Amino acid sequence: MSNQQPIKNQALITELSHPGRKAYELSACDVPDISETQWAPAEAKRQVAAALPEVYEVDVVRHYTALSRRNFGIDNGFYPLGSCTMKYNPKINEDVARFAGFAKIHPYQPESSIQGALEVLYNLQNDLASITGMDQVTLQPAAGAHGEWTGLMMIRAYHESRGEHRTQVICPDTAHGTNPASATVAGLDTITIKSTPDGLVDLDELRKVVGPNTAALMLTNPNTLGLFEQQIEEIAKVVHEVGGLLYYDGANANAIMGITRPGDMGFDVVHLNLHKTMSTPHGGGGPGAGPVGVKARLIPFLPTPIVSKNAKGDFFLDASIAPQTIGRVKGFLGNFGILLRAYTYIRTYGPEGLRNVSEQAVLNANYLFRVLAPHFDAPFLRHCKHEFVLSGKKLKASGVRTLDLAKRLLDYGYHPPTIYFPLIVEEGIMIEPTETESKETLDQFAAAMIAIAQEAVDDPQLVLNAPYTTPVQRLDETLAARKPVLNCACGS
Amino acid sequence: MNEHRYLPMTDQDRASMLATIGVESIEDLFSDIPETIRYRERLNVGEKLSEPDLLRYMRKLAAKNADTDRFASFLGAGMYDHHLPVVINHMLLRGEFFTAYTPYQAELSQGELQAIFEFQSYICELTGMQVANASMYDGATALAEAAALAYGATKRTEIIVSHAVHPEAREVLRTTAKGLGLTVVEIPVQADGQTSLHALEQRINQNTAAVLVQSPNFYGIIEPLQAFSDAAHAVGALSVVSANPMSLALLEAPGKLGADLCVGDCQPFGIPVSLGGPSCGYFSATEALMRKIPGRIVGQTVDKSGRRGFVLTLQAREQHIRREKATSNICSNQALMALAASIYLSTMGKEGLRDVAKLNINKAHYAASLVQKSSRMSLKYAASFFNEFVVELPESIDIDGLNEVLLKTGIIGGYNLGKTDASLNRHMLIAVTETRTKEEIDGFFARLEELL
Repeated sequence: MSNQQPIKNQALITELSHPGRKAYELSACDVPDISETQWAPAEAKRQVAAALPEVYEVDVVRHYTALSRRNFGIDNGFYPLGSCTMKYNPKINEDVARFAGFAKIHPYQPESSIQGALEVLYNLQNDLASITGMDQVTLQPAAGAHGEWTGLMMIRAYHESRGEHRTQVICPDTAHGTNPASATVAGLDTITIKSTPDGLVDLDELRKVVGPNTAALMLTNPNTLGLFEQQIEEIAKVVHEVGGLLYYDGANANAIMGITRPGDMGFDVVHLNLHKTMSTPHGGGGPGAGPVGVKARLIPFLPTPIVSKNAKGDFFLDASIAPQTIGRVKGFLGNFGILLRAYTYIRTYGPEGLRNVSEQAVLNANYLFRVLAPHFDAPFLRHCKHEFVLSGKKLKASGVRTLDLAKRLLDYGYHPPTIYFPLIVEEGIMIEPTETESKETLDQFAAAMIAIAQEAVDDPQLVLNAPYTTPVQRLDETLAARKPVLNCACGS
Repeated sequence: MNEHRYLPMTDQDRASMLATIGVESIEDLFSDIPETIRYRERLNVGEKLSEPDLLRYMRKLAAKNADTDRFASFLGAGMYDHHLPVVINHMLLRGEFFTAYTPYQAELSQGELQAIFEFQSYICELTGMQVANASMYDGATALAEAAALAYGATKRTEIIVSHAVHPEAREVLRTTAKGLGLTVVEIPVQADGQTSLHALEQRINQNTAAVLVQSPNFYGIIEPLQAFSDAAHAVGALSVVSANPMSLALLEAPGKLGADLCVGDCQPFGIPVSLGGPSCGYFSATEALMRKIPGRIVGQTVDKSGRRGFVLTLQAREQHIRREKATSNICSNQALMALAASIYLSTMGKEGLRDVAKLNINKAHYAASLVQKSSRMSLKYAASFFNEFVVELPESIDIDGLNEVLLKTGIIGGYNLGKTDASLNRHMLIAVTETRTKEEIDGFFARLEELL
């Protein structure tokens, strides 16, 4: 939180309204005013004006500034949220995205008038293909889950084009919750397989479930325990031998840039979360971007258009590349503003720099892991990749749970790690420090974690009642779900 | 020294951290990756550029594009050139907002949660619906999710959609329908530009899950929503309306015209066009459908001391709990763009939103009056419109060629409808927002006259 602790309730903006105030100005109308006449039939016109607030500009600025102070971003402090890759969001990305030549252009303009934008997209397609080891990339999906669905729809179309109606998607029990949900929306069924005691894919279990009905295996590598699936080549072989395809969930790609590539591991389809690996901001829950890369045999099924370059060197929107396209998955050309930030990021680092990013992310994670492991349970203590998972079950002896530890961390000025995930770890604490954090930050965070573990022993109530320093204390979620109040009902 | 300005690790840090771990080198941490799949080449990505060089390079690329700071645009078709009040950007650039994750830790995210609660409130106000979610990827995906909801709620498998719904939204709908095993049936547009109610009545049946119409529709025409809702309800189907939310300042709320779901895109509310994204879909519903809505929803509650607070709620619907049984796979929204839309609506307020909508109507209708005076052009449709209309151009005109010529005089012309609909060759969809001056409008149509 910021230095001055906001403690007052922040009024809703509608509660600040005073009729007669305004925060807007428009150009004077220089054409005839027909808005009060028969421009539309009476029954189509609005009877009662929407109850929007009437405030002046200072109210607007102070209101949203006050709200921002009741929020916490990477700019405020360490944010070790596992599987979310909360790395620094560079300021230059924000500036570039706001250049008029990028922010104020329309997707339906003549291609000759958006060559610079198309060049960015073309270069980004190629860069992401190189990073993932894929042959072609669509930039259309707006998020990771959106990319998963897009990829699965392509896999389904691929099988159908061969006259096969394969319906099963295999996921390990460590998979992100979106994997099975995306399979359902793509009209496929999920089979979950148990991991080995080491936290990896159990090849025997896999062999038991694969068959002529296998559409795909969905895998995150490194997986959500932060462990590299060492047997990935064998896994790929097992799936490919029965005619299935491999889908790579790129949520954890921050561990592998320039080190290993999904395409070389045997994956056929990959999505990347640009809002994770490529530093584009999470924005409080979006917008993100979830481009999908594919091997050559899946190119005919890509959503269209993609950006191609002709013999003259001009860029153009190309639908011809995918004659059996699954169709569009989003309006226009994807989240261009986010794609632009990702491209800016790639150019900030270049080829060696991106490898350095992954190396330092992995070093930071292993260091923090070794510092914390003696103080918590570490069910999978070996070299991790970009993240690691601890268990808080030791604390349960004093009645303190992982949730309480997370809430107490707020008082120490940290955003807590991801908790209770993956589902196979009891009282799981999933920590991803990222490469943009210094050793001092990691040491201070570790000290806070260790101090809280001690507090749990010495004074459990202190931890159980946390947080104390936030604008609100623990909130009644049951009340919110039982008696939903989902808007201010200002107009009624 | 580290070569990169975002990376803090010094040689000394590295040595001391490796010692703690008990390995010799960073390479040792990757020893579990089989050598057969190690990547030993140099990534084939763009070279590193220093901050000043990168700015110069990106400026050069940006300068190749024709932007609306330099060109007068008459292009809409789902993305509109509106004035962006300057306060929006200043607020969006608060790092507390844009560098935050989804507000799972509610105590630390009250600002975001309250902003979304206010966004939901605004959407309900404008649409006349009882519940709205925290936003969707865009208007097109919001419409497809509405169809998916209708399937889940009615267990029926046929979706009827007007041909006057945005063509890209119809494409996304078809992709989504394929995944879910739904059939999509299109109903045509009649001579005045409205969707044919007659065709709907012919086609609708007991297996119809939903009727999807857009108003103003893709051709700018205002649809008689109550009639479509009545037809849907007569067979127990849901009435789904996609609406440009700015038009709702002056047009009746779909919730008052029988809509069960009202969706759309908030781009007109303070979000730059940015080649079509990111924008922000909105999704609103009747209270009866509250627990079937996809995506995130923020609710008001109290903390231990009784203080008002906000949380993500009704999460039993969502993928991280329900996994394969979830109602949708969506686990994010477009929070920052929803924030932009909220700040826009707070800034414009009750009067401002009406004023800007009126300006759109006045400018567009003035432009249409110039078409009516022309001997070379005519208005294609007679029904009422908001800020966009279809112009029929003379035989043998090549609209793409025409737009190239217009560009040379600083004008971005309208959308060539022939691109997505062969029956509308030589028809241009023209949007005229409040940002166009009379002089620009006069100049555009004078130039068109010359060129036709």
